[in-house]
Formats: sequence, structure tokens, C-alpha cells
Amino acid sequence: MPHNVDVQLPAEHSRKSPLSVHAMTVAYHRKPVLWDVEYDAPEHSLIAIVGPNGAGKSTLMKACLGLVPMAAGHVAFWGQALADARGRIGYVPQRESVDWEFPVSALDVVCMGRYRAIGWFRGVSREHRDAALACLDQVGMAQFRDRQIAQLSGGQQQRVFLARALAQDADLYFMDEPFAGVDAATEKAIVDVLRMLKSKGRTVICVHHDLQTVPEYFDAVLMLNLRVVAAGPVGDVFTRENLQKTYGGRLTLLDAASHAVARAAAEGPNPR
Amino acid sequence: MNTIGDFLDAMLLRGGHNTVLVVIGTALLGIAGGVAGSFALLRKRSLFADALGHSTLPGVCVAFLVAEHFGHAGRSLPILLVGAACAAIVATALVQAILRFTRLHEDAAIGVVLSVLFGLGVVLLSIIQTLPSGDAGGLKSFLFGQTAAMQQRDAALLAAIAFGTSVTAFVFLKELALVAFDEGFARSSGVSAGLFDVLLLLLVVAVTVAGLQAVGLILVIAILIIPPVAARLWTDRLRRFVPLAALFGGISGWVGASISSLAPRQPAGAVIVLTAASIFLVSLIIAPRGVLPAAWRRLRLAFRIANDHVLKALLSGPRSTAHLARSLGGRVTTTAMLVRLLAARGFLRGDRSGWSLTPRGIAAGGAIARNHRLWAAYLVRDAALAPDHVDPSAEAIEHILNPELIQELERTLASEGELA
Repeated sequence: MPHNVDVQLPAEHSRKSPLSVHAMTVAYHRKPVLWDVEYDAPEHSLIAIVGPNGAGKSTLMKACLGLVPMAAGHVAFWGQALADARGRIGYVPQRESVDWEFPVSALDVVCMGRYRAIGWFRGVSREHRDAALACLDQVGMAQFRDRQIAQLSGGQQQRVFLARALAQDADLYFMDEPFAGVDAATEKAIVDVLRMLKSKGRTVICVHHDLQTVPEYFDAVLMLNLRVVAAGPVGDVFTRENLQKTYGGRLTLLDAASHAVARAAAEGPNPR
Repeated sequence: MNTIGDFLDAMLLRGGHNTVLVVIGTALLGIAGGVAGSFALLRKRSLFADALGHSTLPGVCVAFLVAEHFGHAGRSLPILLVGAACAAIVATALVQAILRFTRLHEDAAIGVVLSVLFGLGVVLLSIIQTLPSGDAGGLKSFLFGQTAAMQQRDAALLAAIAFGTSVTAFVFLKELALVAFDEGFARSSGVSAGLFDVLLLLLVVAVTVAGLQAVGLILVIAILIIPPVAARLWTDRLRRFVPLAALFGGISGWVGASISSLAPRQPAGAVIVLTAASIFLVSLIIAPRGVLPAAWRRLRLAFRIANDHVLKALLSGPRSTAHLARSLGGRVTTTAMLVRLLAARGFLRGDRSGWSLTPRGIAAGGAIARNHRLWAAYLVRDAALAPDHVDPSAEAIEHILNPELIQELERTLASEGELA
């Protein structure tokens, strides 16, 4: 069992928060990509990270997960260090980050989500395989269990990744653009899974590109452009003004953004 | 001289004590190479393995010089292998340092380290040759391999390495595969990519060093790459891929060593590599992911599409072969053959008015026409194509609709009452 080691964080960060980021700065080749990020993720919510290309959205996730080094700052999960909370954290990387020609089946990939539970020196037992299959079924992909993953469509591959995350059975999920380039059926499957996770009291943080759907899919939003522009409930902070600050006056994006804001206003605050 | 008889004797382990030793030892080396190489291939580190092989030369030379200096026999295998292993580790460190402190990419870093270290090795080798004690002939056999020099001790070493490599790969199969497939996910779930990269590196170094004597340092990369690449053509499952690569490596070593035992002065490495290459070539042609099955699948699809066209054309009434050929735009001889094959399978019958459909043919033709309509209706509805633009697209897709997709189409269209 993980021993409880508290991370030194200033008092304003909540210990109940599944993710607290304090003074995080990340640089690639000395070029800063994230500046002094302060963030407390609300519990039991679906959270979107939005921002223009190069805003550091993926980097924020990777830094939280310890995949890229931080130049400065602290990250805590429920007040604990990453090493102690790892078992409660799931991750869906970008689909393009892996080679889909890899010689494994859809079910094999989902089983990877169980490796932590299985432990070292052991193969995947029937019990874990069944658990993985149930996760594959949850995203509507059970019939493709034995398909080599290159023979799946992009949306199906994304659902396999989602099923693998479900197999991790985590309390906090990081998903890097799960909706990127997927078909309508997959988008619906992902939304269903997100809502199911929320109903079970889990927290999901997604890098999200489609501003139009932010008010519909998410409870809270973190607006990022090298630094935190705004963060909070969608109804409060997902405003025209904040979008303008985040996207810095790029007309095409602003256009999309104002649509989204108009829709959010028409629908009222997101029901919790 | 009975060459074939000698070859069979060697293959069947009847070729005398030393030949048996060499054949078994080399086969074991092939197995280890296949296993370690599988993971190097999956992790996309094959080129890196090559750099390791070439960079062992200066290590071997330095070990020789140091041993001579301290009055030992320079050509003692354990000392030379230690030197080789040290050089491989130095090479790895150099590549990592270049990647870390410059903006060069891995391929460039590997190219620099590989060539510089090999060049250094060649210079040292020529220096050794000028020494009075310089038994460089012995060292030179490390370049291209000389299995005949193998002794019982060496074969035991190869056995240990083959066993160790296979066991390690088996025990850490899931972690090695996870790191190779999705490094980010692996690290996020607490599987250290660095640790398993080091493990993979150790496996590759072990095979490289063990292979110096049998295949030589220039060609040792071949037993790490070729068997896995050949195995990859046969399967897309990890559980079959790794054992198959081991099998191909083992066969390459076994057969290659048997052949080279007939001509002990020939560089054994080259013969072993050519054997592995033959396995690869045969796999490339006949394996499920190879050239021939792909061509066969294309041919079958073309055949099915042609059949479908004949059946559909005959739905509207009997036609003569010539008429069919004209309307389908094919040659008369091809069409005649198609029609005869369809008739033999009970889809058509011929009489004076030409060919017409049997009940079975009507059912088959009807199903094709229905697929066409389904797809056309879907395109008009969901892809917002104008109805007069739909036909060519439906024409192309109706033959490859699979049952899954047809059911899906039926469901969407039936729910809206658009399905007749």
C-alpha cells in the first residue's frame, strides 16, 4: 500500500482536490512552454483544458504525470506525491503517439491497463482478461477484441485507448485530445463513458479542441495559453472575454468561440 | 568429396565433436538474437544494435593490448569479450550524450558513433599487426566470424546467453512490449521506460558480444534484425512473433553453421546471414503478410467483382457471352471463362437465348443489387450526394460491403422507412 507522503504545497491548495498544481514552469530547450501554473481541479467533475496550438495543454498533462521534467513547481494528487497516487491515475495519450502496426490485438491493448494490478513477473490471467473485455464492451468494441489494432478505424482505435484507461480503474483520468478526429459514434461513446465516470465520482481532465461542445460535455474548464488565463465552472469562466484572452484575437478561432459562448448562454449554466 | 553428405552429417549432428559444438552453439546464438532482436525491432532500436556491433572493435583491440601489456595471452576469449562489452557501453553513453547535449537526431548520432569507433578499431588493429606478438589473425576473425575456432567453453557461453535472454524476455514480456508500444502510458502507470531500455540494451549487448566469434562484429546485426523481420511477416501477434523470430534465428544459425563447416576458412558470419536472408526472402513471398497472399487477395476480389457484374447484368434478362462482354467492358475470352465458372457453380444456365440466372443466381444477383441500393440510399441521405452522382460510388463499394456494415445500413435506413 502507498505510504502517505504529503507534498509541500501552500495552504490555499485543497487536500481534497484530485490535482493541485503549484507554480509549475516547464521549458523545452530553454523555451518556456508553461509559466507559473496554479490550478486546483474540482472533485467529481469533467474538466476541459482549452487553448490555442502550442499553449502547453499536452505539456501540462505530461508534466503532471512526470513524463516531462518541470523546471519549477509542485504537483499533488489528493495531497499526495505522484509516486503514491499513481495507482489512482489513468492516462489516455494522443492516438498519434503510438505505432498502430504493433503486433497486438485490441484486447491485448486493453489488458495493458491491468498491468499495474497484475504486477511484475506474471502473465495476464483469465480474470484480468475478462475485466479488460468488459471495458472493451463498455465502449462498444467487444466484437473487435481479436482485431489487430492497425485494422481498426481511427475512432475505434481511440475507443480501444479509452477502454484501456477504463481498465486502469482510476479515480482521476488525464485524456489528451480523446475527441480528435473521431466519428460521431465514437464521440457519443466517449461522452457516455465520461458521464458514466462522473456518475461514479471520478474526475476526468481532457485536452479539448472543439470549443462548441465545451459547455455540453464539461463541467469546468481550464483556459490555458502558456499560463492559466482562467479556470473554473464552465458557466462562470467560459466567457467571450476569457476566450479572447486565451486565443489572442485570432479571428477564425474567435468566430468558433463566440458561437460556443452564444450557445452556452442559450442553454444556461451546465447542470451539475 | 561428398559435399551434400557432409552437409547432412553436420545438420544432423553427426559431423564430429567440434562440428556438433559449432552447430549447436550457433543455433543457440540465433535463438538469442531472434528474441533480443524482436524487442529491438519493436522499440525501433535496430540501427542502434548495429552501432553496438561495430563499436566493439576498438574494445576488443584495447583489451588485447592491455592483456599483452600485462603479460597475458592477448587472444583469450573472456578478456576480449569484456573489452567488447565495455566498448558497447561506451558507445551507448556516447550516443546518449550526443542526443542530450546537441540537437542531432538519433540516426545522425548513431552514424557518428558507429563510424568513429569502428575507424578507431581499424587503426588499433593495424597497430596490433605491427607488434611482434601481434597475433592479429586471431583478432581479424572477429570481423567476419569464424565458427571453426569455437570451443566447448564458447558453446557453453552461447547456451547461457540464449537461456538468459529467453528467460528474461519471457519474464518481462509484458513490460518490454508495453514500453515499446506506448512509452508515455508505460511511464504514467509506473513502468520505467529507462529501466527496460537498459534491460533491452543488455540483451542486445549480450548477443552482440556472444556473436563476435560466430558471425563477426560487422554482421552480428543481421541475426538481430533479419529473423524478427521475417517473423513479422507471418504474424501480427506478439505471443507468436517472438517465438517465431527465435525459431528463425535458430534455424539460420543451425543451417548456416552446417554449411560453413564444409569450408572452415570461409567467413561463417556471411553464410549464416545469407541463410537468414533466404528465410526472409521466402517469408516475403509466401507469408500471410507477404507479396503472394496479397496478390492472391487482390485477384480474388477482382474475380468476385467481375462475377457480381455478370450476375447483376443478367438480372435484367438472358444475354449472350458477347453481349455480356460488351456491356461489362471485358474481353470475350475472360467473360466466357467467368460465365462458365458461374454456370459450373450453379448460378447460371445456358440455352439458345444466351445465359440466364438459375434461382440461386437470382438470389445472389438480388443481394448485390440490394447492397447497391442500400449504399446509394445512405449516400443520398447522410453524405448529401445528389442522387445522380451516387451510382459510380455505389458501384465501387457494393462488392466490399461486409455483413457488419450491411446490417448497420439496414438498421439506419429501415428505421426511417427508406428501405423497400
